[in-house]
Amino acid sequence: MTTEKILTSEEVKEIQKIYQHFPLKSAACIEGLKVVQKYHGWVSDEAIKELAEILEMSPAAIDSAATYYSLIFRRPVGRHVIMVCDSVSCWIMGYDKIIDCLKNKLGINYGETTPDDRFTLLPIPCLGTCDHAPAMIIDEYLHNDLITDNLDTILEKYK
Amino acid sequence: MEKPLTEHIKNDGTSLSLMEYENAGGYQALRKALKLSPEEIQKIVKDSGLKGRGGAGFSTGSKWGLVPMGKDVPTPKYFIANADEMEPGSFKDRLLLEGNPHQLIEGIIIGAYAIQARFSYVFLRWAYHQASKVITQAIQQAYEAGYLGENILGTDFHLDMSMHISVGRYICGEETALLNALEGKRANPRSKPPFPVVSGLFGKPTVVNNVETLSNVPHIISKGADWFKKLSITDEGGTKLYGASGRVKKPGLWELPLGTSLREILEVHAGYMQNGYNFKGVLPGGGSTDFLTTIHLDVPMDYASVSKIGSRLGTGTIIVLDDKTCPVGMVRNLEHFFAQESCGWCTPCREGLPWTAKLLDALESGNGIMEDLNILASHVHYMAPGKTFCALAPGAMEPLESALKYFKEDFEKHVHEHKCPWN
Repeated sequence: MTTEKILTSEEVKEIQKIYQHFPLKSAACIEGLKVVQKYHGWVSDEAIKELAEILEMSPAAIDSAATYYSLIFRRPVGRHVIMVCDSVSCWIMGYDKIIDCLKNKLGINYGETTPDDRFTLLPIPCLGTCDHAPAMIIDEYLHNDLITDNLDTILEKYK
Repeated sequence: MEKPLTEHIKNDGTSLSLMEYENAGGYQALRKALKLSPEEIQKIVKDSGLKGRGGAGFSTGSKWGLVPMGKDVPTPKYFIANADEMEPGSFKDRLLLEGNPHQLIEGIIIGAYAIQARFSYVFLRWAYHQASKVITQAIQQAYEAGYLGENILGTDFHLDMSMHISVGRYICGEETALLNALEGKRANPRSKPPFPVVSGLFGKPTVVNNVETLSNVPHIISKGADWFKKLSITDEGGTKLYGASGRVKKPGLWELPLGTSLREILEVHAGYMQNGYNFKGVLPGGGSTDFLTTIHLDVPMDYASVSKIGSRLGTGTIIVLDDKTCPVGMVRNLEHFFAQESCGWCTPCREGLPWTAKLLDALESGNGIMEDLNILASHVHYMAPGKTFCALAPGAMEPLESALKYFKEDFEKHVHEHKCPWN
């Protein structure tokens, strides 16, 4: 009996291509996790097992890396991930107001996803745009000089 | 005033193209370097006085000089640009990555030649998406132009370059943690010695340098060590990207002579405090540096001078504390960050940092007692340099220790008033 695989043959090939550049297959662990997440949005237990076979590692070793890095998602996320900078310059410049307002608008807390799967809300350390604090990043797009009045306009861009 | 690092960076947000870089003299330093011996390049960079701009301030030329050279040494050697800018309050490498990618790439190639590395990596943080696009394209252009790959510019020097986009964690900026991340592992720092220059990536000799450090290298090779030394107004050579964030009138980033005073940066360039806010202190070089206050404003912002008054130049990006912001709250924010970013490998850091964060939570919520201040001070002692596996926890203690020293009354007010006086 064959069970259906999570990773497609194209994804497997993409992962195999990565470890050819390294002296060890296991060196492709993080890159492999990134490939999984790129196509699936997050990394499931099943995907970890399949990645372990490809890289000839134990699933526990893969999960040890997967759970270590904050940008590898071990739970499903919404269509858009909002990451709000909670570091020091943004905190000085009004982070508390921004996050309270966002949590209110979305009706969720950090680590949660809206019921319509539109947004997941997460904190992120300093985004390196401290001269334009406060800041957040949605998917790959940086939004800085945030004021609570502009949040609706920004969120509208992400359906 | 010369600004070698930023003079060609455009202010419309686009990056300098290969052609624009070459027209401004780009890749001439590489041509010159390839005619010199690796040891000669190491010497020029050492003589220039260039110090690591990532925060540690170690002599770049000396670091390169520690790499085993000659025929009977472990190969391949690796050369890595640390572009994992994650120090809270730091935003300087982003400008160089996005604005002038070939300046960095040329610096990496020259550095790699100076230690005879075969492979190079740019270790970039995930959040820098614009930089990722710019650097990817620039690496490809450098290959097409013959600056990367085999037989670079007709010599027998070969170098490949690729980019690793990190998936988070502040500790990846620590060079041995970065190496573990590049090897696909958890980014726990490694025991030193052996140092990466001897045994680094995959056990081979490896140099890791910061983006700003490497961006200086082409200019040093082109114009010489003496020229570089004269750029600064102190004994340490070069310019520095200084930044300021917080309640100043014009937060931003400026390339200035190394050793420019804290006062000049704040008053002249950052426009001093916004109306309605008074100056209370600064973290001079990111979240892991000690507070400085009004009495320190005339300090030259170079490595030795800032160390002498009990702090560190760090990344040179200044975080300003104003009188409307609670210093205890600011330190609490920092300790939460450091507690969260601890890799958990060694006990003082894994257990001590959350403890300090909780004590600061208690103070901020009005539940602190006077004894808490002593416990906080004892944590500073237990997480001092030499007592932990890497520099994360000692760095985390710098703002706490100095806040307890300069803002002691503010801590005590939280206890006496059973609340945060700023709330």
